[in-house]
Amino acid sequence: MSQHHHDHDHHHDHAHGHHHGHAHSPPQPDDKVHSYYQILGVALKELLIEKGVVTADEVRAAIEARDMTTPAHGAKVVARAWVDPAFRERLMSDANAAVAELGFPMNTTELVALENTDEVHNVVVCTLCSCYPRELLGLPPSWYKSRAYRARIVREPREVLAEFGTMVPDSMELRVHDSTADLRYLVVPQRPIGAESLSEDELAALVTRDAMIGVATVRR
Amino acid sequence: MRGPNDVGGLEDGPVDPSTHELAFWEKQIDGLRGVIGAKRIVISHENRRTIEQLGHDVYERLSYYERWTASLQRQMVDKGILTQDEIDARVALVRARLAATGELELSPEEEAKCR
Amino acid sequence: MPLERFTEGDVVRVREDYPIGHFRTPVYIRGKTGVVTRSFGAFGNPETLAFNLPGEKKHVYEVRFRQSDIWPDYKGNARDSVHIDLQDNWLEQP
Repeated sequence: MSQHHHDHDHHHDHAHGHHHGHAHSPPQPDDKVHSYYQILGVALKELLIEKGVVTADEVRAAIEARDMTTPAHGAKVVARAWVDPAFRERLMSDANAAVAELGFPMNTTELVALENTDEVHNVVVCTLCSCYPRELLGLPPSWYKSRAYRARIVREPREVLAEFGTMVPDSMELRVHDSTADLRYLVVPQRPIGAESLSEDELAALVTRDAMIGVATVRR
Repeated sequence: MRGPNDVGGLEDGPVDPSTHELAFWEKQIDGLRGVIGAKRIVISHENRRTIEQLGHDVYERLSYYERWTASLQRQMVDKGILTQDEIDARVALVRARLAATGELELSPEEEAKCR
Repeated sequence: MPLERFTEGDVVRVREDYPIGHFRTPVYIRGKTGVVTRSFGAFGNPETLAFNLPGEKKHVYEVRFRQSDIWPDYKGNARDSVHIDLQDNWLEQP
């Protein structure tokens, strides 16, 4: 997996309340075309537009929709579950309906919410490809799609989580969820201790993408 | 007995947790694939299958969105939507155009094809 | 409707077969024994959909495997587990 450059930190961005990837971000060195396959991509897009298979507007709209879907969506779901026990119940029993209530309908897949507790820590992977709740978290980070993560998280999850700085106590059960096609998983992290006075929006601002994949916890 | 994508449980090195903004061309492919999927011209299951059929060597050399591009090319030809000849001709045209505008920064092997 | 052969609590073994095609049962779990923890209902079958062919829907279950049953050398909590969604046609009674 090529790692082009790493100058953009989603956590950092998220913590400061911006949305990344808006249409007018400055040109990156990577806006150049490097390989046969990148040229091929341009060629395919042009041909498919000329044949009327897709339109330029449709592709542009799809890119814009993706750009507007960020982990802030998932964070709203988590914060609501923390403050509203009835919503939490609905999220655990019928997650598709619950997230649709908040305006984030799932596309074609079925969502399952996984609740972290004092006894169980959940973490999500797709060992076969890159299944991910894009409707709630946006596009998966490159590490989620990497061979190293997909290969190792099902075999040595405690070591992999430690590489993310997350130490799961030996007394806790670590549960790895391998999503294979039709299901998508959202981890509902534990509400941080000492956050009782925070509003729902303030709580949502603490919830990171990594916590909703399960490689991190939520801290104040 | 494993497909190139079926890596669960294999040995590998440390996970690099850094993230990067998608490049322009990656977003284009993601958007194009999204539209093709939404229209059910090529559904996700077909895209995954075609990616697996790239074989180990190609799968491992290509980046994530390069695989998606390769899969789209194969699917378009298989479904009779595009021919390989018209794709090849357009690739040559695009390569020449990008080289002329300076948007192309090729590996030495790719560069040689532009001369 | 497709058959729902298993329910929560059933012990199941994953078939240890290696057909050629598109399958959503990872190799590392084939031949392993686990417990059904949830039934998700019937879904279109990726094995046929991947080839643009129709085919009957298959029930999908969440199956829980103990890490130490997958990897004999696993270190960590004995309750550590992998949960995977698997199709009915890949599961058998042990």
